[in-house]
Amino acid sequence: MRDALRLALAIAAKDVRAELRSRTALLSAVVFAALVLVVFNFARDPTALAATDLAPSVLWVTFALAAMVALNRAFTIEREHGALDGLLLAPVPRGALFLGKLLANLAFVGTVEAVTLPLFVLFFNVDLAAALPGLIGVTALATIGFVSVGTIFSAMAVRTRFAELMLPVLLLPFMVPPLIGAVQVTSRLLAGRPLSEMLGWLRLLALYDVVFVTLCTMAFAAVVDE
Amino acid sequence: MTTAEAARALTRRGLRISVAALVGLAGVYVLALGYTPVEARQGAAQKIFYLHVPAAWSALVAFSLVGVTSALYLWLHDARLDRFAAASAEVGVAFSAVMLTTGPIWAKPIWGTWWTWDARLTLTLFLFFLFIGYLALRASVHDPAERARFSAVVGILGMLLVPFIHLSVYLFRTLHPQPIVLKPSAPSLPPEMLRTLLISTLVFTLL
Repeated sequence: MRDALRLALAIAAKDVRAELRSRTALLSAVVFAALVLVVFNFARDPTALAATDLAPSVLWVTFALAAMVALNRAFTIEREHGALDGLLLAPVPRGALFLGKLLANLAFVGTVEAVTLPLFVLFFNVDLAAALPGLIGVTALATIGFVSVGTIFSAMAVRTRFAELMLPVLLLPFMVPPLIGAVQVTSRLLAGRPLSEMLGWLRLLALYDVVFVTLCTMAFAAVVDE
Repeated sequence: MTTAEAARALTRRGLRISVAALVGLAGVYVLALGYTPVEARQGAAQKIFYLHVPAAWSALVAFSLVGVTSALYLWLHDARLDRFAAASAEVGVAFSAVMLTTGPIWAKPIWGTWWTWDARLTLTLFLFFLFIGYLALRASVHDPAERARFSAVVGILGMLLVPFIHLSVYLFRTLHPQPIVLKPSAPSLPPEMLRTLLISTLVFTLL
């Protein structure tokens, strides 16, 4: 178990290092998220809808789209240079390999979210200060769930014919429960509601994470092993 | 019996079941239109219930079969299981298309709207999308073994997604008619209606 975790961390560290050396993917994803926010600004009527009413949906649609872009690229690099074959030849349990890729993707998506959040405050003039710790928590809970499913689908999608289209078609239905939960909790956080009103949704998000991280870790072997 | 003969026998049996189901379907139309009483408040629109509910039932059975055969495939690696899952997914998509078209036709006169984000409608819609994605994935992978493994993973994940979607959209619960057949007390339907519904359900399952 400890070995598997060590291997997973090593794989994640490798991916993060590769990402930091080029930085193009990360930068593009951040710029993409910022552009989505800007587009949203023009898609609403500021006199009809207050920014705080719209804030949770804007935030989560942006996060979802940015995660999709990030996940699309997760296995493309591994595929392009045959790097995945190298990884598969190494004596690494498939579960550890999956956890490593998951951690790397979480770091990537988390960075994009961390940059998007201040931009969101800036563009939409929403006061998040009071809700910030809760918001970070719910973002982590929801993100772990859909990035986990996204990681395994991304490994599949790179081997199909229309990879860029296949991933969103497969992944969006799976994003629905975490997104509904996250939007509900976020709007309650922004309205300053007590924790008891969010507990049901938080439990649902946590359960989703546990079920799908476990399941994807187990199913990953079926995706990569010939 | 040789394999070819066995295959022919199987095809003949499949054909006989299909013919029986089609004859039964014609019978269901006659029963639904002629035998059942016109519902007092909903009028003729209620007749669509004899198509809608059995189609929904068949779609759910088909989708559950996809999940179960996918799990079995990853365990046993039998190509027949994969073909069975693929066929079930196609059947499920077809029946949920029936369900998603007959539903709004009924809902417009009764609820006054074609579509509403009711828990069960949303769940069905996402099931439909999920399995369209499943079929699209199958169409875009060449290698049969790889296709089988990929779609089995999607099938299993999809089966587990269903309770989550159900839970999360249930909190938006709204207009959908509450269960009237499978509930603890006796079914609250007049006997003619119930009989027609059960026959129709049987026919749709055969189909």
